[in-house]
Amino acid sequence: MMDTRHDRLVEDLAGRLEPVRPLPRPALRAALWIGAAVVIGTLLASKLAMIGLDHRAGRVDLWLAAAGGALTAITAAYAAFATSVPGRSPAWALLPVPAAALWIGASGLGCLRAWVAPPLDLSDAHEPVRCFSFLVCVSVPLSLLIVGMLRRACPLRPNLTAALAGLAVAGAAATLLVPFHPAEATASDILVHAVVVAGVIGLNALAGGRLLSKAPA
Amino acid sequence: MAASFAFGAGGFTPVGRAFRPAALESARGEARAGSGMALEGELAGLMAAAQRGDAASYRALLRACLPVIAGFARAQGVRGDAVDDVVQDTLMTLHAARASYDPARPFMPWLRAITQRRAIDRLRRAARRPQEVFDPLSYEAEVDPLPAPGAGIEARERGAALARAVAALPEGQRQAVEHLGLRELSLDETAALTGRSKNALKVNLHRALKALRASLTPGGE
Repeated sequence: MMDTRHDRLVEDLAGRLEPVRPLPRPALRAALWIGAAVVIGTLLASKLAMIGLDHRAGRVDLWLAAAGGALTAITAAYAAFATSVPGRSPAWALLPVPAAALWIGASGLGCLRAWVAPPLDLSDAHEPVRCFSFLVCVSVPLSLLIVGMLRRACPLRPNLTAALAGLAVAGAAATLLVPFHPAEATASDILVHAVVVAGVIGLNALAGGRLLSKAPA
Repeated sequence: MAASFAFGAGGFTPVGRAFRPAALESARGEARAGSGMALEGELAGLMAAAQRGDAASYRALLRACLPVIAGFARAQGVRGDAVDDVVQDTLMTLHAARASYDPARPFMPWLRAITQRRAIDRLRRAARRPQEVFDPLSYEAEVDPLPAPGAGIEARERGAALARAVAALPEGQRQAVEHLGLRELSLDETAALTGRSKNALKVNLHRALKALRASLTPGGE
């Protein structure tokens, strides 16, 4: 009875077989996505002026936060693509942890410095709104792109993979924000960034997880 | 006898006349690993062909995977009819996810990961449905009537080892084993089929069984 049921399914699947091209390695797919992120960043750079970067160029924590954000984006993207392939260890999810610690730590350090020694050029009240808009404008296309690329594989832990994708998107967006941020990081900026980052990761995990759990189509 | 077939499959290395359990166990492990590698290579080759659109290879792959998937599911704790449901779910996921298999990597971990997730999904769904147990002792003591995890793989390996050993026999002995031993034909029928005398067939069968015993028995020649 069961053998007949299995035989029917085997025949059905074999009858519907079409050639497929094996997916590229996770590293290559992550590199493609990071390349797309760089392109989006370049396009935005052509629209926006790099405001106030000169007088902030000497801030170590700024560059540490940027490096941490970029490393988080790279490692989280690789981890997302690695965990989307069956048989790869879920321990890859730990790969972005050190970079994320550097990113969060350096961002917090910048905020602490601004609190101890407030900068002279205080940002205006609309600044957090502009940052929020920037982060959302960058995050949405990058999220759609990475979820679309991940759906081509078979994420067996869709929520984990989608959360990693969200972390990669948040890291990339925060890194791309650095050249366009007009002033020192303030507590309100950091708060806005944290809310957006958490939102991006959470939305990716929720919506992305649902999308990925139906994958592959 | 069954175990000896599996043992002879992987190219057994003689360990000498004296009985040496440690060396024997080591050789047994190597033999199993060898036959496992052969199955792994075979399935990986079939999957790569399936990715190119070869339906016959794909059909052979899926059929070969059935006992393997069932074994993985049962090792995960799935029991009874649910094993067949996991097999079905896994086959469908395998079909949908076939592009995610990298031909440069081993096939078994890929298949095991899919099976484990589908088995966990099935167990979670079952756990969400409350089940009343009226006789807990009988429920706990129930013996699963289906074969143990990996039984399908071992049976397949034993069959492959026997087929290799029979194919390696000289022509006359091979014919005697195939017709008299495996197909269970009579001496007269076999003599008519092969054109050999009945006495020659008896001698060939005797020599073939001796050769098979030697090649498939642990510690044999």
